[in-house]
Amino acid sequence: MDGSILASRSAEVSAAPRKVRPFSPWLDAWRRFRRHRLAFASAIVLLIMILSIALGPFIWRVAINDIDFAARMEPPSWAHPFGTDDLGQDLLARMLYGGRISLAVGLSAMAVAMTVGTAIGAAAGMSRRWVGPALMWLTDLFLSLPALPLLLLVIYLFRDTLKAAFGVEGGVFIMIVIVIGGLRWMPVARLVRAQFLSLREKEFVEAARALGASKRRQVIRHILPNALGPVIVAATIDVAAAIIAESTLSFLGLGFPPDIPTWGRILYDAKDYLDIAPHWALFPGAAIFLTVLTINFIGDGLRDALDPRKVM
Amino acid sequence: MDEQGLRGLIADVKAGKLSRRAFINQMIAYGLTAPLAMQMLVYSGAAHAQAKPTPYKPTKRGGGGPLKTLWWQGATLLNPHFAVGTKDQDGSRIFYEPLAAWAEDGSLYPLLAAEIPDLENNGLAKDGKSVTWKLKPGVKWHDGKPFTADDVVFNWQYASDPATAATTIGSYKDVKAEKVDDLTVRVLFDKPTPFWADAFVGVRGMIIPKHLFAEYSGGKSRDAPANLKPVGTGPYKFVDFKPGDMVRGEINNDYHIANRPYFDSIEMKGGGDAISAARAVLQTGEFDYAWNLQVEDEILLRLEKGGKGKVSLAETGNIEHIQLNSTDPWTEVDGERSSMKTKHPTLSDKAVREALSLLVDKKSVQDHIYGRTGIATANFVNNPPKFVSKNTHWEFNVDKANKILDEGGWKKGADGIREKDGKKLKFVYQTSINTPRQKNQAIVKQACQKAGIDIEVKAVTASVFFSSDVANWDTYPHFGCDLQMYTTTMTQPDPETFLLQFVSWEVATKENKWQGRNITRWTNKEADDAFKAAQAELDPVKRAALFIKINDLAVNDHAVIPVVYRPRVQAQNTKLAVRHSGWDSDFWNLQDWYKEA
Amino acid sequence: MGRYLLKRLLIAIPSLLGISVILFTVLALAPGDPFGELATNPAVPPEVRDALRIKFGLDDPVVVRYFRWLIAMLHGDWGFSFASRIDVDTLILQRLPATLFVIGSAQLLALLIALPVGVLAAMRPYSIFDQITSTLAFVGFSLPTFFTGLLFILIFSIQLDWLPFVFRDIDATGWQWLVEELKQSIMPICVLGLFQAASTTRYVRSATLDVIRLDYVTTARAKGLGERVVIIKHVVRNALIPVVTLVALQMPAIFGGAIVTEQIFRIPGIGSLLISAILANDTPVIMAVTFVFACLVVLFNLIADVLYGWLDPRITLG
Repeated sequence: MDGSILASRSAEVSAAPRKVRPFSPWLDAWRRFRRHRLAFASAIVLLIMILSIALGPFIWRVAINDIDFAARMEPPSWAHPFGTDDLGQDLLARMLYGGRISLAVGLSAMAVAMTVGTAIGAAAGMSRRWVGPALMWLTDLFLSLPALPLLLLVIYLFRDTLKAAFGVEGGVFIMIVIVIGGLRWMPVARLVRAQFLSLREKEFVEAARALGASKRRQVIRHILPNALGPVIVAATIDVAAAIIAESTLSFLGLGFPPDIPTWGRILYDAKDYLDIAPHWALFPGAAIFLTVLTINFIGDGLRDALDPRKVM
Repeated sequence: MDEQGLRGLIADVKAGKLSRRAFINQMIAYGLTAPLAMQMLVYSGAAHAQAKPTPYKPTKRGGGGPLKTLWWQGATLLNPHFAVGTKDQDGSRIFYEPLAAWAEDGSLYPLLAAEIPDLENNGLAKDGKSVTWKLKPGVKWHDGKPFTADDVVFNWQYASDPATAATTIGSYKDVKAEKVDDLTVRVLFDKPTPFWADAFVGVRGMIIPKHLFAEYSGGKSRDAPANLKPVGTGPYKFVDFKPGDMVRGEINNDYHIANRPYFDSIEMKGGGDAISAARAVLQTGEFDYAWNLQVEDEILLRLEKGGKGKVSLAETGNIEHIQLNSTDPWTEVDGERSSMKTKHPTLSDKAVREALSLLVDKKSVQDHIYGRTGIATANFVNNPPKFVSKNTHWEFNVDKANKILDEGGWKKGADGIREKDGKKLKFVYQTSINTPRQKNQAIVKQACQKAGIDIEVKAVTASVFFSSDVANWDTYPHFGCDLQMYTTTMTQPDPETFLLQFVSWEVATKENKWQGRNITRWTNKEADDAFKAAQAELDPVKRAALFIKINDLAVNDHAVIPVVYRPRVQAQNTKLAVRHSGWDSDFWNLQDWYKEA
Repeated sequence: MGRYLLKRLLIAIPSLLGISVILFTVLALAPGDPFGELATNPAVPPEVRDALRIKFGLDDPVVVRYFRWLIAMLHGDWGFSFASRIDVDTLILQRLPATLFVIGSAQLLALLIALPVGVLAAMRPYSIFDQITSTLAFVGFSLPTFFTGLLFILIFSIQLDWLPFVFRDIDATGWQWLVEELKQSIMPICVLGLFQAASTTRYVRSATLDVIRLDYVTTARAKGLGERVVIIKHVVRNALIPVVTLVALQMPAIFGGAIVTEQIFRIPGIGSLLISAILANDTPVIMAVTFVFACLVVLFNLIADVLYGWLDPRITLG
């Protein structure tokens, strides 16, 4: 039965001697990941998406803002594999260009939120004195802050310094990633803390402690791998949310300029034409969905690969 | 178009050779307003100031069921003297009425006035220093008390008191109202005032009852219970109000015009966006009327196909303009950008400005974005060719623009962008967040690329762009970039305040906290002189000629590039009969609305 | 437990004060001017705007304004809206019923769907049921509510003409009122509820999966307990910890409303009040709503912490 520890390992070992494979925890994890078929397939799909976005514009050389009133809202054809929008601009080119930003923003913002959230949640979950409540107060504070005035303030204060340091697009990118990631770490922190509160009392942690494991080792080697369940779910949800949040920011004038065709922005522009040009919304929606799907299965695979209790 | 030309046109109207409508359309094309145009005709005896009555079919009051209207920006308060924006004015207009309202051709429609004052009935003084209004007898407030001259005089005291902080103060602080008798009020001006129809007229002229507000004027104005429970003279009585969401009224059975109103109740629902409002009227028929549809015409046409509703337009003087900065927004002088002490490095060259004006493809903007709701050329009906003014003649010509720039010494560099003396033609072009505007920007950007001009597009959230925040460089008065675009509204019936944007003493600077009206910072001595002359001019024709001169100077020097005229767009149920006027509130004629059987 | 609760409640007061200071400062510093619209109106002279600013105390230093707000709040005066010139508590109370009804029902719907579906999916991981529900969940939270809302409107209001899509005050009574109210609420409730259900289902499934493979479940089964008892008494209770965390995080949103859904269906809820106050820079309204929201956040997270102790007796909160 899954999760059960066999009574005796010697039962297996006594079979014919096998070649000894090189062993290391990471290699082991990689092997287990590979065996999770869906996760492996998803990783390949994601890689394909990233490659096509990175290299696509060199192969498909149609301009993203070539306005052509004669070819408005055309369904997919050989000239325009994804069709065109209401200004006659080619959707495939726009999707490839915008995909860079959407994927980069989605993955980075998710990474920021996960890292900050896990770190704070772990610290709060392990502490027994004032650090926990202090961090939870910080979490409550961020949960209460109204997003929009905060965004306006941050952008107003930091836009010019960031622009000067990283250039127009770089500055906006960093600002968006920090702002979106910075407002989505709180649920992760609370979920991780809840997991830690329950896990730190379990016997296997006590055993590790008895064996002399430092707190850091307890956390990283024993508790964290088991606490990752909600983090993975949050990660998949956050990628989609981050891509959409970027488009909301652009709609409010706080993100990338409105002529940059990120996936969320294309979806937003397409929503009023759902009944005459459904292809316009179909492609960005499918792209976001596919990203979410792949991240999820990769996450599942990662969790199963890293989980010491799971026997594959 | 000078004074002679104008008098010639007016003579044509009088002789019947030119229709009044064509004359008014022409004046609008020159940058004037219909009320001013009508005033010119009235003064010359070519027309009457009083509007024609509205055709009205129902023969009894009530029985029409509910009238459901949708304002996608909901009314947030119901006291007309505090109104910010048309949503509040429209919400108040359901319950309150002014003495007279502006009809679609600039004539006046009497409501609480018995008739429109003019020179013949001695309503207007010959020296231009007073107007005498005769009030309608027998009008009652919703609570039964009689409407008298005391109420009118009270409104003047209430609005002109700075402690009340009324937003209508501009119309009342320079006049004095006195009671002549219970049904007559005289409005006095301290100098001859050509445009007398401001106080008590239109959206800033709604009358509130003295007996409910007298205790609450000045500093206590915010405490009046009638602020939230309006008692007016209008066709509907107050039922309920949720700020930003909904206003409801029921039929006023003692309304002072017979057989009106037709509907038993009215609802003004707020919230959401323009396009779903259009759907609610045109596709599902859930609502009878939707206000201010800033939606691409193509979508509107598609929605109209269902046959449940139709889109209607009301001419206004609103023009979507691109402004060109005369100063340098990228150099800071004493903590101020776009300061009068600087000159724009590239836009101060007239060749560049002229090239830009040739690169705005207004036809595409009209055809593919605004459709009926944005008209690239002036709205002429019968246009005698000898009277065409340069500012109504436009062209989209990329080759010509290229030629002008070549001749001006602007050579294309290695990156395809033109430069001269080390200065490149790179501009930041900003506007508010609004899908049609963003599309407009994309079209201009592409055309400019073909001429070797690089444009960076920027869109600012509307609540910031249109604010007066002193510290924020993204607001439109700060003009922190090279080009900006928005609609300059002309809901003031008199163009004088509108033309303040071209005079030198109105330049927005740090000193006046960017509250000046001249945003482009363009200055011209001739324009200044013409404006000063117009302020003192009593003859409306001479005055109009001076206004046209100022407008022509600004447009021909390319201080601004007009893009499209923006009429007001609304959707209504096919059976609903509404008379539209772009110079007053949507509800200016609410009492005459009805549904065909 | 009682002492812990008391201690937490006492700490909640200064923590809320701290949050209110930061909220107030953010709002005071954020760009935007409540009387901005007046600025674009040439008929309004600057003196009027200045008079209004002085009247509402907008030019005083931030510290002074904060204490004025705090003292007023303690007296029950929640402030006066710049935009609407009425008391903020009246505004909020007007909007509360619609918010609680629509958003509350949506959250309830989400939970009613997510709990059973998530548990069932975890019981048979990678089965057909699990794959279908997971895919639907992914579609659910990949598509933003502005999109699904519009899709619902296109299908149910425009194509089929079954349901109205503008939320209004219904002037009818009794049975007819109920029918009309349901007809106009069902779409927003479903749009919001399904969006929430999508993410919550994933969390429930993940939490259940974590627990279902543990030893004590095997032990329980080995002891011969029926599957139903095993699931309900052992699995669900322990899997509930992340779920409780999540529900506690979502509860304050019932008060805060759902901005996008309210905009699309024109529901007069607190979410749309908040967004229009933010866009109009109507600070008293924003402050009042966010402060109540903050109180709810602190309260529900406190309840969650207490519940952890009850769900898993080994948890000590220090």
